[in-house]
Amino acid sequence: MLWDMTKLALKSIFRNALRSCLTVLGVVIGVASVIAMLTLGQGSSEQVIADVEKMGTNVIVVRPGQRGMGPRAHSTAARPFNIKDVDALEEALPEIDTAAPISSQQGTIVAGTENHRAKITATDQRYLVASDWPLALGRNFNASETRSGKPVCILGQTVRQELFGTADPLDQPVRIKKMSCNVIGVLTEKGASSIGADQDDVVLVPLRTYQRRLTGKDDVSVIYMSVVDGASTGQAIRDVENLMRELRRIAPGDEDDFSVIDMKQVASMLTSITGVLTGLLSAVAAVSLLVGGIGIMNIMLVSVTERTREIGIRLAVGAQTHQVLMQFLIEAVALSLLGGLVGIILGLGLAAIGAHWIDIPFVPDPGIILLAFVFSAIVGAAFGYYPARAAANLDPIEALRHE
Amino acid sequence: MPHSEPYISLKDIRRIYGQGDAEVRALDGVDIDIKRGEFVAIMGPSGSGKSTAMNLIGCLDRPTSGTYRFNGLEIAGLDGDERALIRRHYLAFIYQGYNLLARTSALDNVELPLIYKGIGKRERRERALHALDLVGLKGRETHDPSQLSGGQQQRVAIARALAGDPHVVLADEPTGNLDTQRSREIMELIVELRRKSGLTIIMVTHDEEIAEYASRLIWMVDGRVQQDRELQDAA
Ligand SMILES: Nc1ncnc2c1ncn2[C@@H]1O[C@H](COP(=O)(O)OP(=O)(O)O)[C@@H](O)[C@H]1O
Ligand SMILES: [Mg+2]
Repeated sequence: MLWDMTKLALKSIFRNALRSCLTVLGVVIGVASVIAMLTLGQGSSEQVIADVEKMGTNVIVVRPGQRGMGPRAHSTAARPFNIKDVDALEEALPEIDTAAPISSQQGTIVAGTENHRAKITATDQRYLVASDWPLALGRNFNASETRSGKPVCILGQTVRQELFGTADPLDQPVRIKKMSCNVIGVLTEKGASSIGADQDDVVLVPLRTYQRRLTGKDDVSVIYMSVVDGASTGQAIRDVENLMRELRRIAPGDEDDFSVIDMKQVASMLTSITGVLTGLLSAVAAVSLLVGGIGIMNIMLVSVTERTREIGIRLAVGAQTHQVLMQFLIEAVALSLLGGLVGIILGLGLAAIGAHWIDIPFVPDPGIILLAFVFSAIVGAAFGYYPARAAANLDPIEALRHE
Repeated sequence: MPHSEPYISLKDIRRIYGQGDAEVRALDGVDIDIKRGEFVAIMGPSGSGKSTAMNLIGCLDRPTSGTYRFNGLEIAGLDGDERALIRRHYLAFIYQGYNLLARTSALDNVELPLIYKGIGKRERRERALHALDLVGLKGRETHDPSQLSGGQQQRVAIARALAGDPHVVLADEPTGNLDTQRSREIMELIVELRRKSGLTIIMVTHDEEIAEYASRLIWMVDGRVQQDRELQDAA
């Protein structure tokens, strides 16, 4: 009987194919957008996790100023670091493998007739070790270049591409702001960061060179450290904090004027941001699914009116209330499930295109798909119930008389 | 079956629509007893309550007062779903306007009552094909009502009524939409089928000649039975 009714429902859906399509359009769009949102959200969280893993989960970063979003966060008022702090951290703490200084600013880089604006990152030979970033061409800075501040530089892939195209940049002169220097190496491609910035749009110069020729100050704005394999990151953070308080002579009881974070925290922060965004967008999408449900109710009500005589005939040959109710309910659920199915396929398609476009992995989640399917069934049942009951409660005589 | 109780028994049946000034006494104290196998024609002027009586006998409606016993069962006290079961197992209808499901093949139309009887697919198909054969529509099984003439549509409706093996067939002006020739053919068919199966038939008609096919004639006026007499049984 149930199977007969399902077949009946499908027949009646396909008999009115165009109307059925219009009816479920809302559900299709709703399900498609929920699926696309959640799938893209999933993909971007995986991207963040992968990025952080690339950066190394054993990386610790120290910045001047308090962490957070408040007005005092990373305030310029906080004293900057200097190279002695970097060396002290690396030497005094056994769990710190490598510590590298970082200062940076934006600037124009010129090679021949080409010029390009990129991030100028000042550091020393330890940065590529701490961040585990291999070179594609050439070599890292050496100790004497960093100590004496030689005019040399290492290009990120984007900068190399912009300035040299396919030509070999090694040993070529470039001008960084007012300073001319020689290219000694090219970094491998790293891709976009988890927040979408192009990490390859960078040129590395020795810190000393940067301080002397570009800023005229001894400041180091960030200290980048890798923790020894197997050591506890938590312990390393506490030790870094204690040592930094000592180095910066912060009295006991006073607050830190610097902040220490590890990449795991960054990762969880970023994933929670993408999580919240995904959640919000999905909620909007879910509302459209609800609107789709109202569409189903609307058309089902019209359909009940249109099919009043059919209902009368069924009642006359002995259909009971619950059988008419079931017929229309099954029809609503079948309709909405079909809509859900189309929506899932469409949503996955959109997500696949979107993921390709913004360069994140495409991660279809069977759980989400199942959920969307169940949800569209629920929408069908919930919004189909009222019209179905209206059909079932018709008076057979009046239904038969209906024109 | 004992002769003491008729198969259908209406006693002092009233059916009143509306209230106060707008009150319409569609049936106003009707007594009718019908035995199994009778072929009753109901005639009377328009608005005399014929259709109302058919709806009551057909368990589609409930009387305002009076008792209606069907096959020994009191119907007036049954709720809608219980009356649906009586219709499903004992009754079938034939209407002036055929009342077939649109855009649905003749075969599927005839199968409809069998679905609600819970009969399996294979047997359903066999019985529907057989019924369509009986009414002379072999070869038209896949046709939609829109592809059939009025007479053919009424044949489908008759096949649908027969397929469920009812005890009683209620026909409200079954030939009302057909020309004389077609009407005769339909009546010949009904008489023929009744002879084979011993069906009880109750039929409303405006046409004297059509009423002649019945074994008994009830004449209604103003919601009452004015005349009730035996006819020469054509069967
Ligand atoms: N649903 C209804 N509401 C109000 N009055 C009705 C209704 N159905 C029938 N009537 C009235 O009851 C009377 C009998 O109607 P009906 O049984 O259809 O007559 P017939 O079939 O003999 O022409 C008529 O006056 C009609 O207007
Ligand atoms: Mg009438």
